[in-house]
Amino acid sequence: MAEYTSNEMMTIAAARALRNEDVCFVGIGAPSAASNLARLTHAPDITLIYESGTIATKPTVLPLSIGDGELCDTALTTVAVPEMFRYWLQGGRVTVGFLGGAQIDKYANLNTTVVGPYDKPKVRLPGGGGAPEIATNCGEIFIIMSQGKRSFVDKLDFITSLGFGEGGDHRERLGVKTKGPTKLVTDLCVFEPDATTKEMTVVTIHPGVTREQIDANTGWKVRYADKVGETPAPTAKELEELRALHARTAKAHGDQA
Amino acid sequence: MPRFSSLHDAIATNIKDGDTVAMEGFTHLIPHAAGHEVIRQGRKHLTLVRMTPDLIYDQLIGMGCADKIIFSWGGNPGVGSLHRLRDAIEAGWPNKLAIEEHSHSAMANAYEAGAANLPFAVLRGYIGADLPKVNPNIKSVTCPYTGEKLATVPAIRPDVTVIHALRADKAGNVMLEGILGVQKQAVLAAKRAIVTVEEVVDDFGPRNLNATILPAWTLSAVCVVPGGAHPSYAQGYYKRDNAYYKAWDAIARDRDGFLAWMKTNVLESGPEAFAPHAQRLAAAE
Repeated sequence: MAEYTSNEMMTIAAARALRNEDVCFVGIGAPSAASNLARLTHAPDITLIYESGTIATKPTVLPLSIGDGELCDTALTTVAVPEMFRYWLQGGRVTVGFLGGAQIDKYANLNTTVVGPYDKPKVRLPGGGGAPEIATNCGEIFIIMSQGKRSFVDKLDFITSLGFGEGGDHRERLGVKTKGPTKLVTDLCVFEPDATTKEMTVVTIHPGVTREQIDANTGWKVRYADKVGETPAPTAKELEELRALHARTAKAHGDQA
Repeated sequence: MPRFSSLHDAIATNIKDGDTVAMEGFTHLIPHAAGHEVIRQGRKHLTLVRMTPDLIYDQLIGMGCADKIIFSWGGNPGVGSLHRLRDAIEAGWPNKLAIEEHSHSAMANAYEAGAANLPFAVLRGYIGADLPKVNPNIKSVTCPYTGEKLATVPAIRPDVTVIHALRADKAGNVMLEGILGVQKQAVLAAKRAIVTVEEVVDDFGPRNLNATILPAWTLSAVCVVPGGAHPSYAQGYYKRDNAYYKAWDAIARDRDGFLAWMKTNVLESGPEAFAPHAQRLAAAE
């Protein structure tokens, strides 16, 4: 079997969650890599949307920002930002929102706003951007994040975007009709929400990773599904496409120096 | 009617200390040259409005031009923090900076409400999120037809909006193509609008019948500043200078290094410094 990094495993496992018929609202960074890998492998017809207004974009290299020219050049059409958020996102046209974050809790609420008190921050993070409305207006949410005690925390300092709130039927009580985070893919494993409590629960573990590693990198007591499987290792084709994508991207961004 | 004018005169005439200023452009067409001119002219106490503060507001904030910022995502895209923005919020350097924070959706809706001459915007937003707890301007309204509770935010009505467009015709109409962001809304929401452009053409020629054109009579001033969006980009003219965005991280990280860079590249420079950047990027394609 080919050698691969835990980061490659994470991106590939996240890409597999996307379906050919999805309309995916793509966050920048890891979600963008996973979404484009899906398009380049098993989901060639997937519609990728970025909040800059680019619809059905097919970038050959990964954008550094959410609005690189590459996204517009390769899109079916580009709409203004108010239209993007009003007609397409709020209009319910998006099946999957793909997010990352700085901090997450066991109900998959995300914090990208602040560490410490809001008005006296220890670390001021960029903020929500599109996430607060992506989290509630997309049919479902996939999240991709590297695991660690500082990012997988028991209690968030700030809820930037809603996951399952306090768990159970909290989303429904808030009047939200969409599914919320149905998949959390990390560099160690894949979580899915428990059917009743909505706590994110480990369903597959990446090859070679132990439960001890997962526990040691999570700030809450991790729940495991009754039957935990092994995440299929990356295929040669997946690795080849992902590495080629990153190589093209590095060349494109570096060439402009 | 707009006056074609120098960037210096456009800023001097239209932007006053204490104004609420929106310099828009969603990754694409960010009016960096105009931002530099505001810094050179030493404007103070501005309320800066922008969805993504980007390098342009990192520079204005670091140079002490702003008292307040209204924004929805304050990072260096794909790179990391905006260090000057963070230093202002976390440590109050060079001055205390008030913040009013929204989501992208709310900001986009608020610009649209401003352009539509409405007092507020309504959206299905902020559900289960903490921003309404820290931003008293996020309120709600109950739909009179369905009873649904919806979020509201005040319309954005800047004193001045500044944008960069691709080109103007001789009459001073300006055209935008590519990623349009919220520029049209921001211009139509503002009392005054300044547009920098890559070039002036005799007329726009054959074009899409629905091309995005801001008529001359909606604008206060049009300034020809080739490369004026750099290190952002201008569709069809030059690409985003991603290497420059990466380099900014180190430049802005410490106060002295930042000030030295600003002295050389902004205070002792001028709008003509932007064209060579655009030429270099265009030649590299």
